[in-house]
Amino acid sequence: MTVELERTDTIWLDESADVAEVDEVVEPVVERPIVDDPEPPASDPDVPFRPSALGPSDRLEFVLSAVSALAFAWALCLVMDWSAPLTFAIWAIIWFVTGTYVTARARTSKVVAMDRLVTTLIWLSGAFAVGVLGWMIVFVLIEGIGGLVDDLPTSEWVARLGAVTLMVAVAVVVRWRLGRREAAGTGTALTRLLPRVVGAACAVGAMLVILPVVNTEFFTSDIAEVGPLDEGGGIYHALIGTLEQISIATVISVPIAILTAIYLHEIKGRLAVPVRFIVDAMSGLPSIVAGLIVFTVWVNTGRGFSGASAGVALAIIMIPIVTRTAEEILRTIDNGLRESALALGAPQWRSVVQVVLPTARAGLITASILGVARAIGETAPVLLTAFGSAVTNYNPFSAPQSDLPLFIWGLLREPNEAQIARAWSAAVVLLLLVLVLFITARVIGERGARKRTGR
Amino acid sequence: MPDAPAPDGAVLEDVPRPIVQSRTFGDRVFRGISAGAAATCLLIMFTTGVFLTWKAFPAISATGPIDFLTGDTWQPDDEAFGVGGLLVNTIMIAITALVIGVPVALGLALFINEYSPAKMRPLLTGGVDLLAAIPSLIFGMWGLFALSEPLSGVAEWLASHLNAIPIFRLTEPDVALTRSTFIAGFVVAIMITPVITSVSRDVMAQVPRVQCEGALGLGGSRWGMIRDVVLPFGKSGIVGSILLGFGRALGETIAVVLVIDLVFQPNLNILEQGSGSISALIATKFGEAQGLEINGLIAAGLALFIMTLIVNLIARAIVNRSKLAG
Repeated sequence: MTVELERTDTIWLDESADVAEVDEVVEPVVERPIVDDPEPPASDPDVPFRPSALGPSDRLEFVLSAVSALAFAWALCLVMDWSAPLTFAIWAIIWFVTGTYVTARARTSKVVAMDRLVTTLIWLSGAFAVGVLGWMIVFVLIEGIGGLVDDLPTSEWVARLGAVTLMVAVAVVVRWRLGRREAAGTGTALTRLLPRVVGAACAVGAMLVILPVVNTEFFTSDIAEVGPLDEGGGIYHALIGTLEQISIATVISVPIAILTAIYLHEIKGRLAVPVRFIVDAMSGLPSIVAGLIVFTVWVNTGRGFSGASAGVALAIIMIPIVTRTAEEILRTIDNGLRESALALGAPQWRSVVQVVLPTARAGLITASILGVARAIGETAPVLLTAFGSAVTNYNPFSAPQSDLPLFIWGLLREPNEAQIARAWSAAVVLLLLVLVLFITARVIGERGARKRTGR
Repeated sequence: MPDAPAPDGAVLEDVPRPIVQSRTFGDRVFRGISAGAAATCLLIMFTTGVFLTWKAFPAISATGPIDFLTGDTWQPDDEAFGVGGLLVNTIMIAITALVIGVPVALGLALFINEYSPAKMRPLLTGGVDLLAAIPSLIFGMWGLFALSEPLSGVAEWLASHLNAIPIFRLTEPDVALTRSTFIAGFVVAIMITPVITSVSRDVMAQVPRVQCEGALGLGGSRWGMIRDVVLPFGKSGIVGSILLGFGRALGETIAVVLVIDLVFQPNLNILEQGSGSISALIATKFGEAQGLEINGLIAAGLALFIMTLIVNLIARAIVNRSKLAG
């Protein structure tokens, strides 16, 4: 980035130099404002030039502060006889932040030192957020993975994990290398095909490595007849419930949400202002209140708990999410498309159905998947509407039904190691589901965006 | 713009010719259907308000509205429902969450916008969105099993070093420091961070880059640029995003239920065991509630609904206005 900008800078200077030269030699009378005339450097406006903020001595100061912070915190903990790692971390961070400020202050000015201090703090908050996300995901995986796979000796664990990691690494590297060639414009049919083939092969390979050791009982049985201390039992009933409830929620919410988004952005009718207001209000609705509404209106009026009412509660949560994302997507569609459809004599509905929606398809799918990802983990609303159950209930329209969050919630309240281990395993399944949905939504959305802008 | 036609035809304003739209039958059906969908949203919120008020009425009238909002007893047998203490505790959890979460969230937003390498930016925004998508149940479990221990250590540290501040004081020397407002606030802080980060990042990304470059070109440090250009520009958007986070924190249920012990008395010593929130009350008592207690829970839900509605609408109004300005 730096190199490119330097190059454009020189061109810019050269041009102005040229102009001056030409003026002098050929036509001294030409009134040509030297400063205004040359074109500004044609650099990418999105990538501003940043001189390197840190020199070698700055880096040295950072390293020294970090080392002295660790030493100080260690000494302090030793002297005061503190053992909690977090106490150590707090003191180390305090010392580190102060240290960076003081050293910079001593060597340079107040302004620079302040800048250094803020830079440190902002990097720390970035590191904190990334660290927390990573810590949580790893913690959940470690706690829960044991119940999902058969008991294996450590060596086999290492071998299988190593194999999967290797395959993922191969797929990623192939994709990345060939993607770079593609981007550079030297791609061939092979470079386009190869990443897909390798990716598919690696996925199949990873499946072959993982599937044989998966604890199938956990996915194919419920916990109706499993005592708290027994082995076995699983999440089959919860998976059925999640599937049915989410399907119902999606069928209800996605059409409503997309039509509302169309109303807000394409039609802009009289209700647009109050509806946007209400959608904003809905998106901040506490999830438990969504459950409470359905409970009050439907469940508590003699109709009883059911999976379908949970679906409705989840739909109330999904509608604002999908509406807002869908509206953002509609906003990205070029007005020229709409106007050309109208100019060709199409009525508005045809312009929306045949031009706007197909263009927005990928984005709308992304919006829906993000809504599902959000709804699938909600516990409070389904607690008030589906209530939860230990038996497999295939009928979502009557009797309590379980789902993944309710399964976890129910087991967490039992003071029993085996049950809590089951809850952790179910949490891993839930987390993986959310991750898969989220990544799918991203990939589809990114492809759609590339298509929309690429044409 | 003068409406009267100019005399002697000197200057005619560019007035667009009014377009008379004739809508086909299909258009009218299409508009009707979408308007119906949009009206469904209105209907849902309207039903919520009406039904919750209607069903909450018996419990509120049994207790009396003043006692309901200020009391701190929950005795279904005596028909006494007071959520005053819970309201205080709810707000204490939300404020704790803001105090911890806002610096991190704003730091993260600035980090993504101004400090991180451009190539990492999509990855980081994706990470923030992912953090928002992770179920609150999983946050709660993590808070309960992974955070309780270390955070009670932090609580001990705060209680012994910063007890000049009243809220960090302990009523008794050896009171339990787990399952407190502090730990609930910490977990909720992590949950509201992505909300605050993504909204404030959006707003701060709209600051005119020319002004930023100008500030840097005048010799300002990066912090100087942020302080004098980015933050003033994004001020109202940041305030709005914080309020949005506050609204989210008020309504958070499952993560709070898992990490606290529900008490009805207001507990201002945030490090001590015992806290509560309205949503935690509903989730905890819901299972065995019968008769009037159900109405009591609905009344509590109504209080939560109104509180979050007000906070959210103010927040949205502020954010939308700042986005329009940008």
